[in-house]
Amino acid sequence: MKTIPNFPWLKGLLYIVIISYAVITLIPFLWALSASFKPLSEIINGEPNFLPRHFTLDNYKQIFLQEPLFLRWLLNSVLIAVSVTGLNLLFNSMAGYALARLRFAGRNFWFFLILAVLAVPAQITLIPTFLILKAVGWLNSYQGMIVPSMVNATFIFMMRQFFVNFPKELEEAGQLDGLNTFGIFRYIILPLAQPALAAQAVFVFMGSWNNFLLPVVILFDPEMFTLPLGLNTFKGQYISYWNYIMAASMVFTLPALCIYAFFNRYFIQSVTFTGGKG
Amino acid sequence: MMPAILILGAFVLLPIFYAVFLSLHKVQLLGGINYEFIGLRNFQRLFTDARVGIALRNTAEYVVIVVPSQTILALVLAVTLNSGIHAQNWWRVLYFLPTVTSSAVLTLIFMWIYNTDGLLNDFLSFLGLPTYNWLGDPSVALKGIMIMNIWSTAPFYMVIYLAALQDIPQRLYEAADIDGANWWQKFIYITIPLLKPVTFFVVAIGIIGTFQLFDQSYIFSGGTGGPNNATLTVVLLIYQTVFRYLQMGYAAAIAFLLAVVIITVTILQRQLFGGERG
Repeated sequence: MKTIPNFPWLKGLLYIVIISYAVITLIPFLWALSASFKPLSEIINGEPNFLPRHFTLDNYKQIFLQEPLFLRWLLNSVLIAVSVTGLNLLFNSMAGYALARLRFAGRNFWFFLILAVLAVPAQITLIPTFLILKAVGWLNSYQGMIVPSMVNATFIFMMRQFFVNFPKELEEAGQLDGLNTFGIFRYIILPLAQPALAAQAVFVFMGSWNNFLLPVVILFDPEMFTLPLGLNTFKGQYISYWNYIMAASMVFTLPALCIYAFFNRYFIQSVTFTGGKG
Repeated sequence: MMPAILILGAFVLLPIFYAVFLSLHKVQLLGGINYEFIGLRNFQRLFTDARVGIALRNTAEYVVIVVPSQTILALVLAVTLNSGIHAQNWWRVLYFLPTVTSSAVLTLIFMWIYNTDGLLNDFLSFLGLPTYNWLGDPSVALKGIMIMNIWSTAPFYMVIYLAALQDIPQRLYEAADIDGANWWQKFIYITIPLLKPVTFFVVAIGIIGTFQLFDQSYIFSGGTGGPNNATLTVVLLIYQTVFRYLQMGYAAAIAFLLAVVIITVTILQRQLFGGERG
């Protein structure tokens, strides 16, 4: 802990800074939350009152009754994010391990290729990905959302760096006990790689959950929409009905917030992990 | 270990070559796909297209303002949190909240706050400051997105800084105390230089992220980049070129332009920071 001189005024100043920024962080959320419980008339009124004068649950009723697709969007998002996360963990760590340890033809070539891929912005591959998915008939489908995001060069690289620094003795011990490569990977490497895997899971999940560009390009049937896309359409329908839009936003935010509340330690650790590895 | 390579091949490498191919052709999507080789004409067109210029200028302005602001804000918050205040962890969890919220939700909440009779204008007029039509006035629309994104991404970098601050050996500060250094001198001569590698990382990630701005301007403007092209970013322009004007080849050329810009700026930044992390 860095010691700051014990002037009371400085300490006070620090707390003022911290509390003001906490207020700045929270106000947009609280304001949206309060709007989701207000009738439209009170919103149009434009008064900056955070406590609704006429508390109502009608907005929530309205959106669930009028938008039967709500739950469907939620389900789509969960399904896609969970599959993408699971597949990424599996493939990225396998590829990272292969690049770090196994000897196979062209290993250096593949490693160089993955480094090169890191430098290419996703926008370049977006249009070809769209055309490829169109050609194989996967537009507007779960496969279309999942397969292109199944591996990630950044995390292959991260896993490789992680495995390269791994003590070799453990794997040799596994070999003596008669494990094959896959057994070593499964019973020795994966359990020890947990911090790296957790960090990866958090990032991949958040990325997929919040992804907007890929779904906006390849999904066009409202039934298939993910939450962010659904929310955007919803806004298009209820242009100035901010009470409904805010209620919908709150419904969308809640699942993510619950996950965050339970796992905030992992979220923050994972940011630190990748930051430290640079 | 091969699936990862296969998928990277199918959805990263193949698309890159496909993108090169596309950018050299005039592509027509009428039922089937039609290619007509036109050499470098797509690239020549980049220089005469007024909207490319506008998109580049908007994006550059956005990067130049957002990256330094969010980096400095993140550093200030991290140093404040690290100065031995109570319940450090709780503040950190709270500050991190916007980072885990979907950009679609945040954009909608901010659109409402930015409304002509919204919360921000209420606040500004309460302070006796001029109010703006944040969504409709071309001179401030992009600023609105900037404020929102500085607010939502700074906490992410703050967490990285915070971890790095906690790694700085305490004895350095103690030695400085003996030499009679004050708080500010310690910050300038110890903290800042030791954080340099982290700052490099934060700025590099920040540049790459900000150049790819899309979600927020798409939702803000309903996909148009308006008002009067004020929120048109390069990625949004790529999107429009593909799905509004159906010019895949030209869009691929714009994507290459963006890639070149990002890579150039990243290399420049690396030079500027004088080599890599320590």
